[in-house]
Amino acid sequence: MAPITTRIAEGFRRSRNARLFGLLSPGAFWLLVFFTVPLLFMLLISFVEKGRAGGVKVPLQVTAESYLQFFNACSSEFSGPDCNPLLYINIFANSARIALIVTALCLALGYPLAYFISRQSVRSRNILLLLVMIPFWTNFLVRTYALKQVLAESGLFNTFLLDLRLVNQPLELLFNETGVLLGLVYGYLPFAVLPLYASIEKFDFSLMEAAADLGANNRRAFWRIMLPMTLPGVVAALVLVFVPVVGAFVTPDIMSGGKVEMIGTLIARQFGSSRNWPFGSAMSFIMMLLVLVGVVYYLRSGSKEERAL
Amino acid sequence: MSAEATVSTGVRVRTQRRPVIRIGSLALSLNAIVIFGFLYLPILILILFSFNNTRSVAQFTGFSTEWYTKLFSNEELQAAAGNSLVIALVSTIVSTVIGTMTALALDRFRFRLSGFLEANLYLPIVIPEIVMGIALLLFFNQALFPILESVIGARPTQGVPTVAIAHIAFNIPFVYVIVRARLADFDHRLEEAAQDLGADEWTTFKRVTLPLLMPGILGGGLMAFTLSLDDYLITAFTRGNINTMPTYIYSLVRKGVTPEINALSTVLLGLSMGLVLLSLAAQRKR
Repeated sequence: MAPITTRIAEGFRRSRNARLFGLLSPGAFWLLVFFTVPLLFMLLISFVEKGRAGGVKVPLQVTAESYLQFFNACSSEFSGPDCNPLLYINIFANSARIALIVTALCLALGYPLAYFISRQSVRSRNILLLLVMIPFWTNFLVRTYALKQVLAESGLFNTFLLDLRLVNQPLELLFNETGVLLGLVYGYLPFAVLPLYASIEKFDFSLMEAAADLGANNRRAFWRIMLPMTLPGVVAALVLVFVPVVGAFVTPDIMSGGKVEMIGTLIARQFGSSRNWPFGSAMSFIMMLLVLVGVVYYLRSGSKEERAL
Repeated sequence: MSAEATVSTGVRVRTQRRPVIRIGSLALSLNAIVIFGFLYLPILILILFSFNNTRSVAQFTGFSTEWYTKLFSNEELQAAAGNSLVIALVSTIVSTVIGTMTALALDRFRFRLSGFLEANLYLPIVIPEIVMGIALLLFFNQALFPILESVIGARPTQGVPTVAIAHIAFNIPFVYVIVRARLADFDHRLEEAAQDLGADEWTTFKRVTLPLLMPGILGGGLMAFTLSLDDYLITAFTRGNINTMPTYIYSLVRKGVTPEINALSTVLLGLSMGLVLLSLAAQRKR
């Protein structure tokens, strides 16, 4: 009788299913056990009652309390008279607003930059692309910290402005929304430039000349020809910036020192000082659903545009 | 603008458009300079002030390596660095192997659940990181550990293994996407040719498929390594009371700006630049 390993090897050679199973099972197992099941478990936790000192109440008690609390922050018996029922919804809306501003800024700065890079000689193009990529390899915390240091009240930027007498007193660029916006643009701009560049680089610029020949001015040719044809890159950039920004925790926490509340900081707090795991789970789930719906919608509309062209 | 276009659109257009284009390209260059300045000045300043001889991070008073010597005697930091390295190495190796296998399987075989599995592979990339961190925190502490406790009698706690498990889970999709992209350009006729010439399936895989996929696999591995070293959020929810480099830096950064953090950041910057150069050199060789 052949050794067991040889027999297994023989089985793999003969059967397509055995090979498929062998290749697939580790990945499927890992994702199922350490991603899909935890997500479903989080959904379950969002529907149970919270424990007194964090965690959940044992035995489990099913309740929709966390979701009620999200839609009406005053639903708890402990809420005071000046309680704002829309507290949590406002924080979600505010995060979406911040993420939209950051995404718009990243696109507005990133598109011209990607265009500029694509019009350079091969040599300088490679150097500029490397400069865009280096932040990806750089620790995100280190980068955020570097910016924070420059923007501080006694930091280099304010010292510079004061020395030039451009301002009379240091600008407040930290511990407020400005700081968070600057930090987020700083962190996520490279994420926008790369997909934009990939799209613009493939664009056939003779089409712009053709449009000019047919009487379109620069602006019209851009809006009617170039932008629609590079839209897949714009959509990719939009998703790549909006999704991490809307759920950001590190940047708002560091740049505002906890003063600007975003979804990420709100959720994280439920697992720290607020000790309300079910509520944190419910908000995570709501955020995930909103993000997924948005992404699927944008990817669909993006690929539709592409097909139409 | 090419000569043909100028001729066919006539003189009027030419005289009108030239200045516009010039202003446009000036604005584009300015935009590029401002953006690269914005991206790189803070980092250069951070490096500069790591060599300052006072605690000031606004005025450079003199050169010193004091903060670096302090770093090398910091035991907390050494423990964090060690944990980061172990977690990054383990999660990179495991996720690169598993991610590549998954990519090969889904590239070759179509089956009933392949759509579901693919969606599951993209999900960790698409959803905000904090969701995955929380889901894993809940799963470990409220499901897996209680179950293990009832089986083996002792309750495990979060630590290096749970962080590594989490990092493998978020790295598999990234490796998968990169290797799968490489497979999409793959010329399967090369495999057929090898088999026509008498190679069996395993030899074909070893001698033809794997070498051709190698750039994708290495790229995926490098990506996994960087992501793991860089991750704060998922680590923060799965670490228990151990520190990795990012969680350690985070605890320092929250306290304030100090030259020690500058020195530590500069060391990390140097290491990641080294990695970039190494990978560029490897690509050039190929």
